[in-house]
Amino acid sequence: MTAEAAVVRAEPELVANPPVIEVVDLITHYGPREILHKISLSVRQGEIMVIMGGSGSGKSTLLNSLLGLIRPTSGQIRILGQDLNAIPDVERTRLRQKTGVAFQGGALFSSLNVLENIMLPLREHTRLDQHTMRIMARLKMQVVNLAGFEALMPSELSGGMIKRAALARAIVMDPRILFCDEPSAGLDPVVSSAIDDLILSLREAMGMSIVVVTHELESAFKIADRICVLDKGNILIVGTVDEVKNSPNQRIQNLLNRRTEEETLDPDEYLRRLTAAND
Amino acid sequence: MASRVSDHLERLGRASADAVAEFGLGAVLFGQSLFWMILGRRRAQPVRLEATFARCMEVGIQAIPIVTMMSITIGMMLAIQGIYTLRVFGAEDQVVIGVGFSVVREFGPLITGILVAGRTGSSLAARIGTMRINQELDALQVMGINPVRFIVAPALIAMAIMVPVLTFWSDIVMLAGAGWYISVDLGMSWGAYIDRLREIVKVEDVTHGLWKSVLFSALITLVGVINGALVQGGAEGVGKMTTRSVVLAISAIIVTDMIFAFITTRS
Ligand SMILES: Nc1ncnc2c1ncn2[C@@H]1O[C@H](COP(=O)(O)OP(=O)(O)OP(=O)(O)O)[C@@H](O)[C@H]1O
Ligand SMILES: [Mg+2]
Repeated sequence: MTAEAAVVRAEPELVANPPVIEVVDLITHYGPREILHKISLSVRQGEIMVIMGGSGSGKSTLLNSLLGLIRPTSGQIRILGQDLNAIPDVERTRLRQKTGVAFQGGALFSSLNVLENIMLPLREHTRLDQHTMRIMARLKMQVVNLAGFEALMPSELSGGMIKRAALARAIVMDPRILFCDEPSAGLDPVVSSAIDDLILSLREAMGMSIVVVTHELESAFKIADRICVLDKGNILIVGTVDEVKNSPNQRIQNLLNRRTEEETLDPDEYLRRLTAAND
Repeated sequence: MASRVSDHLERLGRASADAVAEFGLGAVLFGQSLFWMILGRRRAQPVRLEATFARCMEVGIQAIPIVTMMSITIGMMLAIQGIYTLRVFGAEDQVVIGVGFSVVREFGPLITGILVAGRTGSSLAARIGTMRINQELDALQVMGINPVRFIVAPALIAMAIMVPVLTFWSDIVMLAGAGWYISVDLGMSWGAYIDRLREIVKVEDVTHGLWKSVLFSALITLVGVINGALVQGGAEGVGKMTTRSVVLAISAIIVTDMIFAFITTRS
């Protein structure tokens, strides 16, 4: 009782916004290699959390764990209060209808046109009639500014349009959590900034909690409520944009200043790597 | 030197472990497909009729021209070879026995199986491989759409329906091709040829071939799906696994056919 009261006093917003995602002591392996080292992280209701980090730092691995695409070695992932890896399949399917994912490459189904792609979750998970589903899909297409392109096939879309279509498909079921993998990678600055605005407006309009993986600093600073910086499978910092910008941590500053990681290798290790035989 | 040998052994060991693993994967996929066919509706995740129907068109209807052409050709080839061989004994008119049996029991199912493996097995592997590298399979999963139910089950059903149908068609066309050559070469009338066939070939012989083709259809589908699902890397990986799926499917068909022939001719 007193403990709870203490929490309320200490972090009032934490009680007002309970976490929608809770990662506790997550360890993930690819084969024998440990990729994520005991990571803990929580995402609050209605916030935009940006996951940043250099190439190979484990961003995709973390995202795939959150999506239940790879099983952690140990640790817990709670999505909307449910343990992703402990609930029965039926429950997980239900949980997945409350989350939406926009993949980096879009992952649109190449045999379906844009409208059919966006309608697919509705078709598979609801009993709405064709007409209603069309209207709902069209509404979402309007939200992402894709109205009029219903009949195009994915192969006929530009990079920016693919990202928009993927976003529309991700939000068609009005999810509570939206995951975006590199939403602005490979786009020109204007389109990329439009996508950022879109993400912001989704949060405003629908109150979604949004997790974004990106390495575009500008976009991260623009949309993030909090930023989580990953480095070699560890979390360096989780904090607001200002907290991250003002962090004294050298590795964070390197990342922010786009300084390439000068690997601090001792000469022996360096020599060993160079001469390491392949056979 | 010693390390070379152990390397070899290790690679061999790994290869056979992989083979066993793939075999197990096939069994699991088959089991899961059955599960979704039976229980999908209750879980509000039915195997879709439209998807199955679309697959049927691809597998069956579009394969008719090539199956027809190859079957006529092979029917004629069987007649030519049969007559040539039997002439040694002066028994050319017995050619119908050889042709009739071997077409409905062996060549119809085998040729159809090989053609379908080349057409549909490869396209299945390529399709699933591409879906994998484009993260479409991941997308299905995170949408709560089971990929086995969505992709594998319709393909299995479509194949199990259309491959026997194609096989039956191939039987008819092959026998017609053989009959045409026999009528020209031996002067046997169509009526006599058909009467002779009906005396020799029993319904069981035809159904034997058709059941075999159902088995082939499952082999082709599972081999295609597994190879697609195991694609690594980009487009190059898709190409590699597509080729592998065709080679494996055809080998599987031929070996299964031999085993089937051995078992069913024992009794
Ligand atoms: N399928 C895999 N098999 C084995 N190792 C992998 C696999 N995928 C990633 N890794 C390893 O895991 C580590 C983290 O990779 P991850 O893809 O999560 O990085 P990332 O932060 O997403 O990088 P990027 O910005 O380049 O996408 C890397 O060292 C990588 O080599
Ligand atoms: Mg990545």
